[in-house]
Amino acid sequence: MSRIKTTFEALKAQGKKALIPYITGGDPLKEATVPMMHALVDAGSDIIELGVPFSDPMADGPTIQLACERALEHGTSLRDVLAMVKEFRTTNTETPVVLMGYLNPVEAMGYQTFVDRAVEAGVDGVLMVDLPPEEACDVDSIFKDAGLDVVYLIAPTTTDKRIESIGKSGSGYVYYVSLKGVTGSKALDVDDVARNLERIRAHVTIPVGVGFGIQDGATAAKVAAISDGVIVGSALVNRIAANATNPKQAQAEVSDIIRSMRTAMDA
Amino acid sequence: MSIKTTETETDFNVELPDERGHFGIFGGRFVSETLTAALDELQETYEKLREDPEFQAQFDSDLAHYVGRPSPLYLAERLTEDCGGAQIYLKREDLNHTGAHKINNTIGQALLAKFMGKKKIIAETGAGQHGVASATVAARFGLECKVFMGSTDIERQKLNVYRMKLLGAEVVSVESGTKTLKDAMNEAMRHWVTHVDDTFYIIGTAAGPHPYPMLVRDFQSVIGRETIRQCDAQIGRQPDAVVACVGGGSNAIGMFHPYIKHTDVAMYGVEAGGLGLHGDDHAAPLSKGKPGVLHGNRTYLMEDENGQIMGTHSISAGLDYPGVGPEHSWLKDVKRAQYVAATDDEAMDAFHKLTRLEGIMPALESSHAVAYAMKLAATMDKDQVIVVNLSGRGDKDIHTVAQLDGVTA
Repeated sequence: MSRIKTTFEALKAQGKKALIPYITGGDPLKEATVPMMHALVDAGSDIIELGVPFSDPMADGPTIQLACERALEHGTSLRDVLAMVKEFRTTNTETPVVLMGYLNPVEAMGYQTFVDRAVEAGVDGVLMVDLPPEEACDVDSIFKDAGLDVVYLIAPTTTDKRIESIGKSGSGYVYYVSLKGVTGSKALDVDDVARNLERIRAHVTIPVGVGFGIQDGATAAKVAAISDGVIVGSALVNRIAANATNPKQAQAEVSDIIRSMRTAMDA
Repeated sequence: MSIKTTETETDFNVELPDERGHFGIFGGRFVSETLTAALDELQETYEKLREDPEFQAQFDSDLAHYVGRPSPLYLAERLTEDCGGAQIYLKREDLNHTGAHKINNTIGQALLAKFMGKKKIIAETGAGQHGVASATVAARFGLECKVFMGSTDIERQKLNVYRMKLLGAEVVSVESGTKTLKDAMNEAMRHWVTHVDDTFYIIGTAAGPHPYPMLVRDFQSVIGRETIRQCDAQIGRQPDAVVACVGGGSNAIGMFHPYIKHTDVAMYGVEAGGLGLHGDDHAAPLSKGKPGVLHGNRTYLMEDENGQIMGTHSISAGLDYPGVGPEHSWLKDVKRAQYVAATDDEAMDAFHKLTRLEGIMPALESSHAVAYAMKLAATMDKDQVIVVNLSGRGDKDIHTVAQLDGVTA
């Protein structure tokens, strides 16, 4: 069984929901990422989405885009991000890691090479933002044959028919994008999310995580109550950006956010 | 996965792209799920309107009475004489309203927006020609218009920025990444995702996610269709070669597409060679890049060994783009078109030559096509014919030219 599935089942048994933070690998420094991943786990995270920096992150807002630029400034590559996962795995063999990013760095490495290295490093799943199921057909099986979960996005505008097909293609969990916009957007309407989750659940049997626009414990708790997982990215990356010259402080502030979300979600 | 290259035996009578937007292995729709519904809506609408006589009639009428089509096919006698070879004809897209081919496409997409009931349009722009063409049709159709433009390009295309403002458009300065066309496109996509209910995104080149490469191509194909008719009428036969500059490739695909079936007509796409293809300072993905995925389609890209998109260099902002329309990538791989490059210096020489010999001041983008056509003509016989797509006029580039020539205007 995949680490992601095990994690969701264990949480379910405890009556808890998954807390899934996103950080960009190599932001602000390559050596800051692995300690940050451990800090995320220590503060109560269940799954880590680790961003592979890309020069043109079209679906992201300014926060993640700047994170990519900081990481690329000192040349953080897909190869480096895989090395980070490998290092993380030397002391943590339980927390699932999902690589999130855009297709081109993977395409440049070669799909089979990427999959071999990802499995060897201890990656559990991939979420390629610009790879919808229609374009994924060949690639999808390469990922899955190697035992990697393939996480797909569902948007508020996704039709029921597509939700059904995404539900069949996806594994691990699906990522529900809570609003029309890019990452780092402000407002999330919990009632609207609840209505759409109902629509999604009619077709999707794997867990549904919700992301975009979740910035504090109160929102995290509300979203946790209606979904299987809370995904938080820009709120954390903002703290990393604000403390780009002081990784220890960044770790402390990010941990505070995660702890407050964990507490609110478990209350 | 090994992405298979296109087979060698190609039937050029088959209409591409396929229903999911693929030209062989190129094209497609590589976008975040957040854009899928909007692209589906656009595709559905376009597939209906493509066959709709009312839509086509309105498009044709605006091309005739607003844009000023057909644009002339002009024999450049003194340029021909100077090159000492094939006869060089110019397809005068520079004479269109707003001074370039871009308006063919923006008229078409603005009509689509109107038919879809969208009141706002957005556009990305590099040189500012597509921005001006979008602002123009926004004024023409009474639509609200925002143009996204990299801050580097805003600096080097001040005149066009002011033109857009005069036309009532808002110009949004893009500060991310390399602050040029590709970043303007990222930003426009982001805005579109957020405002998809009431906003239509007018993409300026034959690239991006399906159905954009197809519909931009269709709207620009008026160039090639007219050329075929004009060649018949004026020369009594089709040319031996057609030549067009390629940035994203919309003017080139407009010229090439109707000629794909005419396999005895050679097609040359001229990329921006910048400071030369030996280094990294150019914008020639077809000549020097490799296939990858950017801006919603698989196509040839300028990228580093880690798959990051590289900054590009060209004297002309309109060619300064690290990707290219997917149909060109396909035409390259099936060897139906040849892609070559002209350097900054060659383009400048061609700019001066055409200006002095014909009294036609070409855009620096189009100067690349002229530069290669001059070289090509010299290798051909005097009874042979080349048609160059003169995609735009050079007024917007006068400051750049003056600066490069060391003149303070």
